[in-house]
Amino acid sequence: MAKASTGTLYRGNEGMWSWVAHRVTGVGIFFFLLVHVLDTALVRVSPEAYNAVIGTYKTPVMAFGEIALVAAIAFHAFNGLRVILVDFSKSGPKNQKKLFWGVIIVWLIIMIAFVPRQLMHTFGG
Amino acid sequence: MSTTSIPAPRTGYSRHKSTRSKFEMFAWLFMRVSGIVLVILIFGHLFVNLWAGEGVQAIDFGFVAGKWASPFWQIWDLLMLWLAMLHGTNGLRTIIMDYAEKPGTRMSLQVILYIASAIVIVLGTLVIFTFDPCPAGADPALLASFCSAA
Repeated sequence: MAKASTGTLYRGNEGMWSWVAHRVTGVGIFFFLLVHVLDTALVRVSPEAYNAVIGTYKTPVMAFGEIALVAAIAFHAFNGLRVILVDFSKSGPKNQKKLFWGVIIVWLIIMIAFVPRQLMHTFGG
Repeated sequence: MSTTSIPAPRTGYSRHKSTRSKFEMFAWLFMRVSGIVLVILIFGHLFVNLWAGEGVQAIDFGFVAGKWASPFWQIWDLLMLWLAMLHGTNGLRTIIMDYAEKPGTRMSLQVILYIASAIVIVLGTLVIFTFDPCPAGADPALLASFCSAA
């Protein structure tokens, strides 16, 4: 966290929280990516080894892990596009708060679509 | 009455050379360019592997073999691996620079980060290019159908 000893206009609002969430989701996605490349590398060991590990991705507990992963990726992706608009679009900085709520709405649409689909894949139906 | 001209501020005078490095400018731009490409690559990856058909339940050795039989998915995954790892490594570098204050901590965290990233990028690239979809002696039931085709 930045160490401003006095309050600023920026602190505690959409701009700051989207920045915090961007960092948290970014770090989470990075560590998943390290694990994901290693588990995929098992295809070079044997079909049995790969299938055993990828089998753990199909359990109910991991199904919720994948929902969390998609939630993190979707937020990071849409907020990243928001950052690009703020940096490069003339009206971006002025509309950064509106853009943040746009990110939340698109993120919600993705999650409302993905969560039932993922639960159907996992629990059948 | 003559008009007085006032020189625009901050023109034609600078106390010292800019300390902005070309590398940091490049890194900043890279995050944005790779970010846009990764949005396409990763949502495509998620759609094919988690949404389409049976989703995650359909993924096994044969599924991977089927995808990597096509250069399209080999290049897709290779590009995704490199861009995501470089994007993530630079993101973590930024975070280390922000929060690790002691020079020793900054240095050692960065060394660990760069070694881990290099291993994952090299390993992932080798896996994509040396993958054998039909390994000799493997149980045919676990392999893609094209392995048993005469």
